[in-house]
Amino acid sequence: MEWEVVIGLEIHAQLSTKSKIFSGASTAFGAMPNTQACAVDLGFPGVLPVLNSEAVTMAVKFGLSVDAPISKRSVFARKNYFYPDLPKGYQISQFELPVVGKGSIDIELEDGESKTIGITRAHLEEDAGKSLHEDFQGKTGIDLNRAGTPLLEIVSEPDMRSAKEAIAYMKKIHSLVQYLEICDGNMQEGSFRCDANVSLRKKGAEKLGTRAELKNINSFRFVERAINVEIERQAEILESGGKVVQETRLYDDALNKTFSMRSKEEANDYRYFPDPDLLPLEIDDAFIEAQKKTLPELPDQKKRRFIDQYALSLYDASILTSNKDLAAYYEQVVDASGKQSKLSVNWVNGELAASLNKENMQIAQSPIKATDLGVMVGLISAGEITGKIAKTVFEYMWNGEGDPLAIIDKHGLKPITDSAELEKLVDDIIAANPKQVEQYQGGQQKLLGYFVGQAMKVTKGKADPAQLNQLIKKKLK
Amino acid sequence: MHSKSIVELNDGLKKGEFSSVELTQHYLQRIKKLDSKLNAFITVCDDSALEQAKQADQRIKAGQSSLLTGIPYAHKDIFCTDGIKTSCGSKMLDSFTAPYDAYVTELLKKDGAVMLGKTNMDEFAMGSSSETSFYGPVRNPWNTACVPGGSSGGSAAAVAANLAPLATGTDTGGSIRQPAALCGITGIKPTYGRVSRYGMIAFASSLDQGGPFARSAEDAAYLLQVMSGFDQRDSTCVDKPVPDYTKSLGDSISGLTIGVPNEYFSDGLDTGVAQSIEQAIKVYEKLGAKIKKITLPNTNLSVPAYYVVAPAECSSNLSRYDGVRFGHRCDDPENLEDLYERSRGEGFGDEVKRRIMLGTYVLSAGYYDAYYLKAQKVRRLISNDFKAAFSDVDVIMGPTTPEVAFKLGEKTADPVTMYLSDIFTIAVNLAGLPGLSIPAGMVNDLPVGLQIIGDYFSEAKLLNVAHQFQQETDWHKQSPKAFS
Amino acid sequence: MSTSNQTEEKIEDIVAKIAELSRLSINSEEIPAYQQQLGHIIQFVKQLDDVGTENVEPMAHPQDQSQRLRADSVTESDQHKYFQENAPLVEAGLYLVPKVIEKAEE
Repeated sequence: MEWEVVIGLEIHAQLSTKSKIFSGASTAFGAMPNTQACAVDLGFPGVLPVLNSEAVTMAVKFGLSVDAPISKRSVFARKNYFYPDLPKGYQISQFELPVVGKGSIDIELEDGESKTIGITRAHLEEDAGKSLHEDFQGKTGIDLNRAGTPLLEIVSEPDMRSAKEAIAYMKKIHSLVQYLEICDGNMQEGSFRCDANVSLRKKGAEKLGTRAELKNINSFRFVERAINVEIERQAEILESGGKVVQETRLYDDALNKTFSMRSKEEANDYRYFPDPDLLPLEIDDAFIEAQKKTLPELPDQKKRRFIDQYALSLYDASILTSNKDLAAYYEQVVDASGKQSKLSVNWVNGELAASLNKENMQIAQSPIKATDLGVMVGLISAGEITGKIAKTVFEYMWNGEGDPLAIIDKHGLKPITDSAELEKLVDDIIAANPKQVEQYQGGQQKLLGYFVGQAMKVTKGKADPAQLNQLIKKKLK
Repeated sequence: MHSKSIVELNDGLKKGEFSSVELTQHYLQRIKKLDSKLNAFITVCDDSALEQAKQADQRIKAGQSSLLTGIPYAHKDIFCTDGIKTSCGSKMLDSFTAPYDAYVTELLKKDGAVMLGKTNMDEFAMGSSSETSFYGPVRNPWNTACVPGGSSGGSAAAVAANLAPLATGTDTGGSIRQPAALCGITGIKPTYGRVSRYGMIAFASSLDQGGPFARSAEDAAYLLQVMSGFDQRDSTCVDKPVPDYTKSLGDSISGLTIGVPNEYFSDGLDTGVAQSIEQAIKVYEKLGAKIKKITLPNTNLSVPAYYVVAPAECSSNLSRYDGVRFGHRCDDPENLEDLYERSRGEGFGDEVKRRIMLGTYVLSAGYYDAYYLKAQKVRRLISNDFKAAFSDVDVIMGPTTPEVAFKLGEKTADPVTMYLSDIFTIAVNLAGLPGLSIPAGMVNDLPVGLQIIGDYFSEAKLLNVAHQFQQETDWHKQSPKAFS
Repeated sequence: MSTSNQTEEKIEDIVAKIAELSRLSINSEEIPAYQQQLGHIIQFVKQLDDVGTENVEPMAHPQDQSQRLRADSVTESDQHKYFQENAPLVEAGLYLVPKVIEKAEE
């Protein structure tokens, strides 16, 4: 039987406000337990929520960036359930009337095609605290610092057909929220989290199959693996004539398996109702228009511009614009290089990307300043240094030596362009290799490379290979 | 000293006839001597009250006194008081010391008022008789075999028995007006949003509203003045200037149109109460008011609609009491579920548990539309009744309660019977309107309350209308003998 | 906020289930009283069924106003020690609860 995979994602993006969504406590990460949980966050008797304007602004920005309508009137509701990390016994969220309506976003597939993924809605809600399961007198410890951090829950349509598509979508949203500066995207700290709804149906069938919800998978790699093992699990069940149970499952990365969460929470009835402590959120056209004007250049716009302005391939432009910092870095390199956009992309997406990747570093952590890299690219294009020397310069820059000109000076990497000096050097090589000279002159033209190589060795790559080529040819005529 | 009005007390303090410390001591002694008969207080704050009085005296001497500087008051134990036990009448919060002040508490402190103590109440304000308190029932000073009404029974009894010249209350379905009526004092529930709910422990958030108790409308005007005002920490608090309530008390009410709803004089109304109300309305006619018969056709739906909306909100509001961060925690919980179920099972009393379960039920999947949504629609109809009425009349008058104070235990067996004692007050909460109760007669030596309902933010008018009545009559000057 | 087509279970019949959903321990001997009282209240409330409410906008709130917003600024400081004076059980700044076991089965 051929199965079609159907995937929808629920992404929780922590909004990078200074204070919480309903209180004046700080949202900074990593504080001592409960030092950033104020009376409101702790749900003390009598406390009340007041909505943070910045969280609303950020949600509106997101909606505009995915071409979704912004609700003129949206309502906060209470989702009721008991859990120790949920101080009030309910989460303030949005249910029937979310702030952001239906939108969409394009993703690029591996074959170079693009695909539109529908966004069902996005709504504002508060994050819960954290349960720490280390042993405290055999008990669980509760830290409520995170309680009340604003979240934007972005719900996709079940439009994805493979784990790869799901990842492409997730990465696209991840990049978008960072472009918008509404979320720092830090997955290790839990600022950007994902639940995946996975189901299978017979190819060609209209009706969706029963889905399992994979909870809280917090890296791109794990999302892909979790979805793939879940697809396999469901296919096995269906192939053997069984039925998939609708349930929440947890992915265990060590075992590379998903497990059913048979917790009491499953039996919950959330009893949503409008929060009587909050009034309907009204957003007028003037506000929406004003936000439109503040939107930065978004990934797809930037990509198109990069292709036009820098004559880049779709592939290179996609990589560069997938990350706002990377795109900005690239543009600085180009500027400093004297508009060498092609050579710049080779270095940024090539040598630099490889080095960062090896050290598991982000572009923002790059030890090489964009202007330094740009100056170096400029030197290559002006023929001031060879590609080989450039690699050496790059190494020194990577190790923190900074200015490429100073590096060239300090390490004696200036190219030998003096033709008299080169001539003498070539004469010496010819004199030292009579046998090869004879063979060359006997018709073995490919030995030219051998002489050039010898010369490069002696000059430690500081000579221009083209210039050497010419010179050797002339001498051996 | 305890029969003086707020104007007289302020005058005496300013002239140095007595100090706030002396005044406070006087009340503290009365509480010590007499409260055992009433059980109106959960906590008496001798030390902090005297300290506040001392500071007030300095302020008065420096000529910096405000409306209630140096004036003692009793605070319903539903308002959070920093560093002082705030129990809400529940075992759940018996060990709870509030770590912050409610906005109302803050305003009273700032004004220099002296808090004598925290008053007894129905558990989490759920009740109409002050019998559901963990601290035992409150008794009516007019007849200690009777209830004082509820849920703010402790505050009402304290003022009626002259254990405090003023007291705070909260009103979700009549919890200020009903006990004011049954105890023969003045109580006003302001427009929803007039008084901040921050730090006022929530029962039903879309209905709760704080307000004052006093012996007269004039005294109540002073306390309401201090309690009212915008608070940015309460999203539902309205940013609207507070008028000077004392200024308009003396305005003539000649030409005032009073609406009298037919539905408030139906079968269930005690004949003695009906007669008292009719007499009171005649007083208004004498003062030049016009009487107009009106109809509020959905009045009978207010109690059933309320008993969906209020329990729904309460079931969610009370989920925070889980034995983790504050409040009662059961001994040696076996696991998380056990911690929740036993802490809550032990910490809450029967009426609270009933309402939580009722609210959980009406919000459950499958019942939401039939109960909760339906009740919200009926709520709109009830609110529309008032809207229509206020296009024709200035105020609406009728009885506050269908009968005078009932006996302790008389209505505890059947919750619905108890709920119906709020039949005339509940609609006002559903609509969010202001309402006031003033004493307007006696039946079987127990006070009768006249309810005056106004349009949104018409508190000044209500106090004016009540004050004019009190210039003509002496009902508000009566005091139960044992406590005069 | 959805209506399912399931037939209505009377509150009397599901007191134990409702108590569990409300996280309230109730003794079995208390159940009959709750059944009787809750049943009576629901029966009383049922008179709402007869009211025509077609095209009536539900009223969630007495105020016809919109939500006020606060500026995004940190106004609260650390008070955890003071707040935790009310807590039944804390260690290392954490509130303690019985071990939460996230049961995972295949």
